[in-house]
Amino acid sequence: MRRTKRSLWLWAAALAVYAFLYVPLAVVVLFSFNDSLLNAEWIGFTTRWYALLFDDEAMLGAAANSLLIALIASALATLLGTLAGIAMQRWPVGVLRCLPLLVLAPVAMPEILLGVSLLLFFRQVLDLTLGLISILIAHVTFSIGFVAIIVRVRLAGLDESIFDAARDLGARPWQTFRHITLPLIRPAILAGFLMSFTLSIDDFVITFFVAGVGVTTLPLQIYSMIKVAVTPEVNAVSTLLMALTLSLIALASKLAPDALKARA
Amino acid sequence: MALLEIRHVSRRFGDLKAVDDVCLSIEAGEFFTLVGPSGCGKTTLLRLIAGFEEPDTGELLLDGQTLAGVLPEQRPVHTVFQSYALFPHMTVAENIAFPLQMAGRSPDEIRHRLQDALDLVHLADKARQLPHQLSGGQKQRVALARGLINKPRLLLLDEPLAALDAKLREQITAELIALQREVGITFIFVTHSQQEALAVSHRIAVMNAGHIEQVDAPEQVYGYPRNRFVADFIGTVNLLPVEVREAGNDRLRLLVAGVGEIVSMPAAARTGERGAFAVRPEQLDIIADGERPRLDNQFKGTVQDHLYLGDVTIYKIALPNGAVLEAMRANAAPGRARFLERGEPVQVGWRRQAGVYLRD
Ligand SMILES: Nc1ncnc2c1ncn2[C@@H]1O[C@H](COP(=O)(O)OP(=O)(O)OP(=O)(O)O)[C@@H](O)[C@H]1O
Ligand SMILES: [Mg+2]
Repeated sequence: MRRTKRSLWLWAAALAVYAFLYVPLAVVVLFSFNDSLLNAEWIGFTTRWYALLFDDEAMLGAAANSLLIALIASALATLLGTLAGIAMQRWPVGVLRCLPLLVLAPVAMPEILLGVSLLLFFRQVLDLTLGLISILIAHVTFSIGFVAIIVRVRLAGLDESIFDAARDLGARPWQTFRHITLPLIRPAILAGFLMSFTLSIDDFVITFFVAGVGVTTLPLQIYSMIKVAVTPEVNAVSTLLMALTLSLIALASKLAPDALKARA
Repeated sequence: MALLEIRHVSRRFGDLKAVDDVCLSIEAGEFFTLVGPSGCGKTTLLRLIAGFEEPDTGELLLDGQTLAGVLPEQRPVHTVFQSYALFPHMTVAENIAFPLQMAGRSPDEIRHRLQDALDLVHLADKARQLPHQLSGGQKQRVALARGLINKPRLLLLDEPLAALDAKLREQITAELIALQREVGITFIFVTHSQQEALAVSHRIAVMNAGHIEQVDAPEQVYGYPRNRFVADFIGTVNLLPVEVREAGNDRLRLLVAGVGEIVSMPAAARTGERGAFAVRPEQLDIIADGERPRLDNQFKGTVQDHLYLGDVTIYKIALPNGAVLEAMRANAAPGRARFLERGEPVQVGWRRQAGVYLRD
């Protein structure tokens, strides 16, 4: 009796939390199809906000920037993060002992801190003109850690002795990497790439600091639009972004389920 | 010249001497077994031979050439790991062919030798399966074929049967002996099962706390253990504390306090010294009380307990001084679990050829 009562409470609480998380998102999606300029009441179904979106030069430009940055940044982050993940797993000795901390710190760091410090670094230390390059570097910086974690978790889940076995059976170090390590961590590398991609394409705070004046990404564009009003067009672009992000995360979690669990 | 010469090799981990001044020489074609309790350094010794560890002191020679500084991938020594260490993303065929691939053999040669190897371990029909689709025994055979295919000078097997159930162990043990004879490759086999060691080996090295206690043929190790540790570790043994009364050229007389004198075969001993007399349960005879002595050594006792094992029954016989001897008796007559009851007075005896005296 008591147990069912308790589990009832648990269910109610869980439901409330999920509602809190997802109802706002659902509202955005819903109103992106609403045939009214106001986000007030449901008038009727339309896709004209989406059509409008694809006529909006500024929006398309921002989307192109976002995609370009996301592609290049996640490719670089995947390369570097994979190497870091392997190093953390295989040689946890000497100076490399603090590697995990260094690589993972950006993951846990408040974004605003990272944004401010990168801005200072680019302006004061490097004297870099803010723009595509600075955004790219910033995105690589905060993505490496995620890739490294995913790759490392995958490696940690493997039987250590297979690497010894490969050597024992005559494989030189690069042969072991090519024939054993790489094929086994490939799903994790792909998942890391997808994670980096979603992180990059969604990022607002850090990008806001390091973007400068000339270059706009999709989240920055959305922000500048809602400063005026939350138009149905904003709902539409948010819906698209959401769909892209969710499908990439779903794909990533399919590729490396254990890795994404360990992140939480 | 021996195939593998291990000269005064030691390896420490911090304060722990995992391998302590080990000297061994292993002949080509031998089935050599390392046996010893958990943590005695068996795996460390294998890793020294495979090249995953370097000795702190001492030297290893293969075919008379030093192995110092030779990397594991360069040694003609392959290992079958306890966990099998099969590559999970490769099929059975790819796993087995891996050493040939790494050695850069031609596709033609690989195909031929792969087929031979698959036939050798009866896995031809599993060639395209992945390791996780195989049973324990099949995985074990894949690991074996993979270790053998590139014809190493030496195959190291680190408890390769540990993960299998008793029935399968027995079957694969037999296969292993046949296989070694067929391929003629030298095996160094590690186990902590003394039964397995006795069954498969040409020679056995008994290890304890990093050093070698005895190296001998199985029947020597079992029949003439050099010390208490070996006697106790290999098989079951009754150990009686004794004092040497007479160490003659034709016999040894040993006093067991509170029981009597044992007559045994001559051995290295000094009159007056203390030691132990070791005798195996199957060497003991149980004789009904009151029957006339007909064995060289015969003492009164009482049946304390018995343990029915199917083929044999183990009787525990208490001697007057409180020592308890285990005696084994075959249950040749079916359907009868025991011939003696608890508390029954009996005599227990053995011939003078049975048992050995061990100095302290
Ligand atoms: N890399 C290492 N670092 C520190 N100590 C080690 C290392 N490798 C082994 N040892 C220690 O050396 C001793 C011998 O280990 P080893 O693995 O050789 O034993 P073993 O005879 O193979 O035991 P088992 O039958 O349990 O496999 C153990 O006490 C172990 O803890
Ligand atoms: Mg071991």
